Amino acid sequence: MAKENNPRIPVSQQPFKVQKPEDTTTIGGTISIEINEKKVTVPFGATILEACKENQIHVPTLCHHPDLCVAGVCRICVVEVDGMRTLQTSCTFPITSPIKIHTSTPMVRKARRHIIDLLLSEHYGECYSCFRNENCELQTLAKEYGVDNYTFGHITTPKFQVDRSSASVVRDMNKCILCKRCVRTCIDLQEVGCLEAIDRGHETHVGTFLDKPLSDVICINCGQCINRCPTGALRANDPSDQIWNAIDDPTKHVVIQTAPSPRAAIGEEFGIEPGQSFTGELNTALKRIGFDKVFDTNYTADLTIMEEGTELLNRLKKALVDKDESVKLPQFTSCSPGWIKFIEHFYPEYLDYLSTAKSPQQMFGAITKTFYAKEAKINPEDIVTVALMPCSAKKFECNRPEMNSSGFKDVDYGLTTREMAKMIKEAGIYLPEMPKSHFDDPFGDASGAGLIFGATGGVMEAALRTVYELVTGREVPFKNLNITPCRGFEGIKQASVKLENCVEAYKFLEGVEVKFIVAHGTANATKVMEMLRKGELNDVHFVEIMACPGGCLGGGGQPIPTSEEIRTKRAQAIYAEDESLELRKSHENPHVKLLYEKFLTEGPCSKLSHQLLHTHYTKRGKFIL
Amino acid sequence: MLVFEKNALSEEIELLVDKYGMDRSSLLQILQDIQRKHNHISDFAQQEIARLLNIHPVEVNSVISFYSFLHSEPQGRNTIKLCQTISCDMAGKQNIEDALTRELGISFGETTKDKKFTLEHTNCMGMCDQGPAMLINEKVFTRLDPEKAVNILKEVE
Repeated sequence: MAKENNPRIPVSQQPFKVQKPEDTTTIGGTISIEINEKKVTVPFGATILEACKENQIHVPTLCHHPDLCVAGVCRICVVEVDGMRTLQTSCTFPITSPIKIHTSTPMVRKARRHIIDLLLSEHYGECYSCFRNENCELQTLAKEYGVDNYTFGHITTPKFQVDRSSASVVRDMNKCILCKRCVRTCIDLQEVGCLEAIDRGHETHVGTFLDKPLSDVICINCGQCINRCPTGALRANDPSDQIWNAIDDPTKHVVIQTAPSPRAAIGEEFGIEPGQSFTGELNTALKRIGFDKVFDTNYTADLTIMEEGTELLNRLKKALVDKDESVKLPQFTSCSPGWIKFIEHFYPEYLDYLSTAKSPQQMFGAITKTFYAKEAKINPEDIVTVALMPCSAKKFECNRPEMNSSGFKDVDYGLTTREMAKMIKEAGIYLPEMPKSHFDDPFGDASGAGLIFGATGGVMEAALRTVYELVTGREVPFKNLNITPCRGFEGIKQASVKLENCVEAYKFLEGVEVKFIVAHGTANATKVMEMLRKGELNDVHFVEIMACPGGCLGGGGQPIPTSEEIRTKRAQAIYAEDESLELRKSHENPHVKLLYEKFLTEGPCSKLSHQLLHTHYTKRGKFIL
Repeated sequence: MLVFEKNALSEEIELLVDKYGMDRSSLLQILQDIQRKHNHISDFAQQEIARLLNIHPVEVNSVISFYSFLHSEPQGRNTIKLCQTISCDMAGKQNIEDALTRELGISFGETTKDKKFTLEHTNCMGMCDQGPAMLINEKVFTRLDPEKAVNILKEVE
């Protein structure tokens, strides 16, 4: 995932890298070293940290993160190497000779303790009032290394003002320890580049362009920096107090919609191993907290597929039958609010390529305050819609001025998985012990297609299941409906499906090979957009892009920590749940059918659905005023 | 900033990018040239440089904030940098400091009203054997005494 050989990193900043042999069985492929008097054999060029990890020797790290490039700035992973005058950082030291390493000598232990002590001397705030209490890497290290008093003092007055300007991300630089994980996330992993180290020496701080508030610079709100931060310096904008107020207000009808990814990850907040879904338990917990109705965002994910799929077929028809040259193909998905803000900033000239369909969250808001309000005979003014999302960008999305097509603010609050877990704990509920219950009607059932929206490639897979069947009248030709080319964590995936023996209405698509691309992480999105700019995507029809690495399940609102391993487990949980469902195709969802029969009577992409379920985008551009 | 000023600045940066190459490593040279000519690197210039070098504006800002000879705020036409390190201090830097502030009527870190001078401290310039020393723009003056310092100021355009 981390682009180790990023050409944008100057040579001086690139870690000293050694050409690793592909085959470790060749001569010189491995090297024998000694770690703590124990003889081990490791691959040539592996770092000391990797060698130690392979041999079950724990070396503490702070600035190191499996998703990011090596930095070597925190110095906590120092070890002693025989023959070297000074301590060496194990994360940056490639093994090229038979060295002897000592990971626990008096010098190493003292150095580590002093490093933590020095970090704490600049780290403002107390642990018990911090939202990362008990999930803070600095706190854990301080405990591990016996830092029980502030040897070098402790800062008692804040140096920086907390930046609350952004709807999504709150930055409290007083808690920053300058590990630069957020900087590497923003510049290398996401290629957004809104954070960098500003000033020099003891004045150094992580800041934005000219230290402007976060809302004024080009931040896509993806929240990946929050997930990488080892301390409490970065956090999502927490609306839980307002939500408690709404729950406690008897005049308000509070409904919550829950997205697929939080269910696969919320267990981690309760100490459960990653990879277990808590859908039924979460429903019960939410009802016990006091939400009046618990709905499933997957329902509107199905609706999104209907709208977006129809839009794609319309575009294809215009392009192939009417030979309309103004039609923009490929069509890009519009489910990820981080990606939307990214394209608005970086590629505003390509906004027409985006599907106009709203994201499932916003569709749900609009449907709740119109159709549901009518059905349940509740004044939409009294409905408060909360969205449980794996995402911090959703908080920005629900505050967009254009998102009020029901006449009210469609979605009142976006809540992340972490904040939901906090609310559940606050209510005195231990989630894994809850009995299971189903979602509430009228949006109770959702298909597995909606569920897999949570993983990268999921929107594409769901769309193909529907589009292929609409066009040919048959199921997609993949075993068990698992469209495997869409799955996996490869940066950019390309595949195609051939349409044959089409039904009468879609005869114009006979023999067309539908090509699609799936990309995740905005760094990969940049690559796809550059391909589009060069005209390499002329024969591609549909592109799915998710702003976060791994898709929504690796979102900025998900439990901390995250890594490729954890994301894989969450994806497995989602795909397993999809396979366990009977209903797996969006167009077969009876509740969606009912909505089109009773409310959106003119079908997908009609006038009313355009008014409620589609949106428009703003050309923001890159210039910072 | 007026539109034609912006256009002129963009053109200037484009020429500099052509001269030094479209690479991250040309950033410092471009910044120095802009600083020399305009006495500061405006936020517009920073973003133009970022755009043309295909890097992020905050990275340019980060470099400028790192080097004390690069400024993002407007400066006077001439910058006086008086060495504040210990050798110059012991050689009588305080007297020069007093003379300069009295002559210019500003304290350190400020710019004169006519935008002619900006007064700053700097750290060691390697002139420890010839202190006290000061730097005006890019020229070094050594073995200063208050009278000499004031006379030097009079000769500056």
